[in-house]
Amino acid sequence: MSAAPDSPAPRFAAGAQVRVKDDWPETRGPCHIRTPYYVRGRLGRVVRPLGAFPNPEDLAFARPAPRRQLYHVLFEQPPIWNEGKAGDTVMVEIFEHWLEEA
Amino acid sequence: MAAPPSGASLALLDKLVAALNAKGLVSEAEITERQAITDRASPEIGARMVARAWTDPDYYALLMRDGKAAAEAMGASMAGAPELGVLENTPSQHHLVVCTLCSCYPRALLGYPPGWYKSFAYRSRAVREPRAVLAEWGTQLADDVEIRVVDSTADYRWMVLPMRPKGTEGWSAEKLASIITRDALVGVAVPRV
Repeated sequence: MSAAPDSPAPRFAAGAQVRVKDDWPETRGPCHIRTPYYVRGRLGRVVRPLGAFPNPEDLAFARPAPRRQLYHVLFEQPPIWNEGKAGDTVMVEIFEHWLEEA
Repeated sequence: MAAPPSGASLALLDKLVAALNAKGLVSEAEITERQAITDRASPEIGARMVARAWTDPDYYALLMRDGKAAAEAMGASMAGAPELGVLENTPSQHHLVVCTLCSCYPRALLGYPPGWYKSFAYRSRAVREPRAVLAEWGTQLADDVEIRVVDSTADYRWMVLPMRPKGTEGWSAEKLASIITRDALVGVAVPRV
């Protein structure tokens, strides 16, 4: 519903195992990061591609913002916090350039 | 809860608006129009969408397929609004929406977010200890119901489609809408008869 004609094809399909890049502004210099810190470096599973949207990390600096594929990615909750109930999950919108095959 | 803005913040806001105006990026009229759209929106729109989805299978299908179109069909003004995703609760899964990065909220159909939704406490706790947060809201879920926290971080806004409670058989959509609260559309509560 949101895919524009110039949208790149999704690299990951529903069900793909992915790992979120372990990347931090402290190691890169000034940047805008749209990926919550608590899932960085974590294993997740792609629920579905959500369409392609202008990269917010460029928009934040008023740079030309190419469209990037956005995904809903699902994480088991207890491993993230070392607490919680097995089976509970957190689902996060994450752009493709933050995801690696796992 | 968010504190009221300080005089210094308001002065800064005035300067920002004046600068945007001077550069021709945003006009006062556009800001006023956007405020009017948000002022017109209220959780009643979301409640009517849910009530119709409970009673009209075609509308339910539209809501799950294209949230924006479903919202527009019920009178919400979605021009320029982000995509709308709908999260369907089931007997085995309950959704809870939070924006840990800021305060993304489906304003076009629920209006302004409540103070607690923007609070640091809700944003940090909902994602880490959702069961404790729900318990404080008085929301009891069966032990075998999994909680799926949805962290709203990008180009969608998310609305929960709660389960229709028992005891509402034969109710009109209008009567059903009366039991669907803003809090149920965020997922901190469930509709009760």
